[in-house]
This record gives sequence, structure tokens and C-alpha cells, in this order.
Amino acid sequence: MLQDEMRNLYQEVIFDHNRNPRNFHVMENANRIVDGYNPLCGDRLTLYLLIDDNEIIQNASFQGEGCAISTASVSLMTEMIKGKTVKQAEQLFEQFHNITTSHDDEIKLEELGKLAVLAGVRDYPSRVKCATLPWHTMSAAVKNEATTVTTE
Amino acid sequence: MNITQTPPLNVHRLRSDFPILSQTVRGKPLVYLDNAATTQKPHCVIDAISNFYQKDYANVHRGVHTLSERATLAYEAVRKQVQQHFNAASEKEIIFVRGATEAINLVAYSYGNRYINSGDEILISAMEHHSNIVPWQMLCKQSGAILKVIPINQQGELDLNQFEQLLSPKTRLLALSHMSNALGTINPVKQMIAQAHQHGIPVLLDGAQAAPHMQVDVQDLDCDFYAVSGHKLYAPGGIGILYGKQQLLEAMPPWQGGGDMIRRVTFEETEYAPIPYKFEAGTPSIVDTIGLGAALDYINTIGLDAIANHEAELLAYCQQQAEQIPQLKPIGTAADKGAIFSFVLERVHPHDIGTAMDHLGIAIRAGHHCAMPVMDYYQVPATARASFGLYNTREEVDVLIDGLKQVIEVFG
Repeated sequence: MLQDEMRNLYQEVIFDHNRNPRNFHVMENANRIVDGYNPLCGDRLTLYLLIDDNEIIQNASFQGEGCAISTASVSLMTEMIKGKTVKQAEQLFEQFHNITTSHDDEIKLEELGKLAVLAGVRDYPSRVKCATLPWHTMSAAVKNEATTVTTE
Repeated sequence: MNITQTPPLNVHRLRSDFPILSQTVRGKPLVYLDNAATTQKPHCVIDAISNFYQKDYANVHRGVHTLSERATLAYEAVRKQVQQHFNAASEKEIIFVRGATEAINLVAYSYGNRYINSGDEILISAMEHHSNIVPWQMLCKQSGAILKVIPINQQGELDLNQFEQLLSPKTRLLALSHMSNALGTINPVKQMIAQAHQHGIPVLLDGAQAAPHMQVDVQDLDCDFYAVSGHKLYAPGGIGILYGKQQLLEAMPPWQGGGDMIRRVTFEETEYAPIPYKFEAGTPSIVDTIGLGAALDYINTIGLDAIANHEAELLAYCQQQAEQIPQLKPIGTAADKGAIFSFVLERVHPHDIGTAMDHLGIAIRAGHHCAMPVMDYYQVPATARASFGLYNTREEVDVLIDGLKQVIEVFG
């Protein structure tokens, strides 16, 4: 079965978030809006964040179209960073970057919760950017340093 | 494609000429359907390269020693072969380059810098590969010329009425894809060339996709330039062809300076070599050229008409089988099409299709195919593309279609 063979990349959580992406809407009161773009595959997303004066991410949402990996990644990300401080979100990005690019046994997948389902992309070098695009976009948004991010 | 009567290919025998095809990928027999990106190489090409390095290799056009003379003769023999294959009037009209991209850049630089000025217009089409867009944009930026674009319709065919209206007294060049890599469309180039010539406009054809799938006769087409990539023609990477009409090439300035392109050099002045050498500065890709010769021998032994018929039959079968999948929408449905099947699936992104297919041993392309304006026109981020070569079979089409059904089940 195709589904079984692809299990190391496409886990059920990914299919679920791809079919029913969370926080998939425009946010009217967002104070950070950044576009992420992967020129390799044409994926585009717009990330909306509401960050308060205490640097806490009060709300996160997105719009756009992408593959199952990038859609699940951004959907999961918006769930995970809500309520976190900007600093915590950036730390999460660092951990996420590690699990998607290396096979380091030191990495504790359980600390990443649901995000660990995306670890499978490390065996698919051409798909790593699909998973990390939302995170690069988030990183630019919290730093308020760009309005468009590309993976290239 | 026009179907002519040729006996069917013995594809199963031909497949054994391609050592790479007999492998498995992820435990499944490899189904290679990415021929529009690049083709696999037959034994005879691989052997020609290996033998040449083992027996005949030396630099060309230089030494008086035996190996250099042998290498030069073999290298120039391929030029003759290319001339005959494309029915150019003279060997002097065949310039060896790295690929179609370099061929187009050569014309944009050399012809463009001499003849295209501020306010002039360069006409391309909406279905061009980036390699037939960006060099002209660069030229426009530098010269102040203006890029004009022939639009396409939903089928992926050129709007010929618009084309006629876009031919203006300011048009200095028409640069057009013979066959589209993203859509498969074969353009009515002969008629368009005749129309352009009525206005005195020279025409460059990007033949990267057309050359592997049909017999191209540059004199019959009456094109002024024709660009070809060897690697899409079962030849090695790193070798391509620019055909140009002698009169044009002679009037054009060289584009790269160096050895082999000169007749006499002093510090005051350099006298350039005659064509084609004027455009071949430096040591060329000698062994890749030898490989190109072997590849041309190979496809001509089979016959391009027979190859074209085989591929047309595969495409028709694929399109017919794809109708079983209601979620599949073909992108590019021109009446005259080469062996390219570009499509999107409802609710499944092309990149996911590509990865899923790979798990079934099927190599297809997923992406924008270096034709982002085409993706914008169809308002899709990307498409999936199966493209056929002489070694593909109906059974492989069945594997593809079955795979797509599984993908829909898993992702839909």
C-alpha cells in the first residue's frame, strides 16, 4: 500500500492537517503580516501574527496554498506558537530546524510534541524547504524584518 | 503530431540499450517519465565516451600529433553529422555550445548587441521556458529594447491573430519555442516564420524539446537560428547546438574571446577565425561532442519518425487512460502536441504527487518547469508532468495511472 510505504514522511497527523488546516484564515487585527514563498515549487503562504507588548504571540493564522508538508507544517506551527513568547517561538524554530535537517540522536523528538511528525523530511532533501518555509516566515515576522521571505 | 506509417518500435529490445532503466527504485522497477527534463543514455553513447578517453583523446584544432589529429577529425565529423541531421546548408552553420540555453544566450549577446537598439521590440511567446525569456529581458534592460509576448489560450496554443498584430516595424527578432516543455504544444513555426520573414524579422527557434521528438529540417522551416540541447537527445550533458544561417553568423560579432576563435592576435588587434570557430572560444567539450555523434547515430538508426509515432501513441494512450480519473485536469491540450502530459490533481499538490510517485518507482517532474509565466496563466503554483521517450511503454503508462489513483485515495 502506497500509504504504508510513505509512512515515514506522511504520518496521519500530516494528512489530517493537510485536509483540515488549523488557523486557516485572514487575521484582521494582525500586527505582523509576512509572505513566504518557495520559488522551487511555487508554494506561497501569508502568515498573520498578533504580538502584544510583552512579546507574546496572542494569535497566529495563515492563508495560501502549498503541498501537504508545508500546509501541515504551517498549520501545526500556528497551533504551537500561540501563547508563546517570541523567544520561545524562535527556540522552537531552532529545534525544528535541527530535526528536519539532521539525524543527530541527541535530538529529543518528544520535546517537540506534534511537530516531531515532520522529522521524516530529513530523508527527503528536496522536501525540507516545504517544512521549513513557514518557520522562516515566522522568524522574519517576529523580528519585523521583512515582508516577503523566500527559501532561496 | 503528423503520424506517418512506420513499423512499431521494438521497445523492449531498445530498453536493454539503456543500462540505467533496469534498476529498481524503492524496491519497484524504475519507470522513468522525466524525459523532458533529460533523457537517459544508451550503451553506445556511454561506450563512445569511455572509448574516446581510452584511445583517442587529445585537444582539437591544435597539435600536429596523431592523437590531436584523430580527435579533431572525430570532433569535426560530428559537426558534419549534425549538419546532415538538421539539414543545414553548411557545416559552418553548426556551432557547438553547452546547451540550448547557451545557444540562446549567444544569439542574445552577439546578434542582440549588434542589431537590437533602444525602442526596438523582441517578440517571444507566453509559453517560453525561462531560457528563452531571461536572455531577452537582460538584452532589453541593457539596450532599452522592449519585450513583447504572444498570448496563449486555455488549450495552450498561441493566439495567432495576436501574433500577426504584434509583428511591427519595430520588431527585430522573434524567439519562439518549437515545442513547449510545460504544455507539450508544438507551435506552427513554419507558418509563423514565413509571416515574420514577410516583415523582414529573423526567427530563433528554441528546439530543446522538439529535436528529440521529430525530424527537424532547418532549411525547410527557414528559421534563422535553432537551439538544441544534447542531453535531451540521449546525448551527454554539456553539449548543445546552435544552428545559424551563414550570412547572419558571419555578420555577428564573437561573444567570447580566447583560443581557437582567432586567426591572428597582436596586442593592437585580433583578427577572428571564420565561422563556426569564431563562436567556439577555448577548448570545447570534445568528448561530449563525440557522445552527441553516437546519440545521433543511435536515434537515426531507429528513425525519428518511428520514435515520434511511438511517443504519439503513448501520449494518446496516457490521455485516454487519464480520463478515468475525474480529479485530474490536464494542463495543455493543444491539437498538435508532443509527448508531454502535464496535469494537476484536485486537492493534491504536485510536489506530493511527485514524492508519492517516487515511492512507486515512477520518476515524474513536479514544479513550474522553468516556465513560471505559464503557471501564472493557468493560476496553478505548479503542475506534475510525465514526459515520454523512445524507451517508454504502455505498461509504464498503466503504472502511472494506477499510481495516480492511489495518490488520490491517500491524499484526497
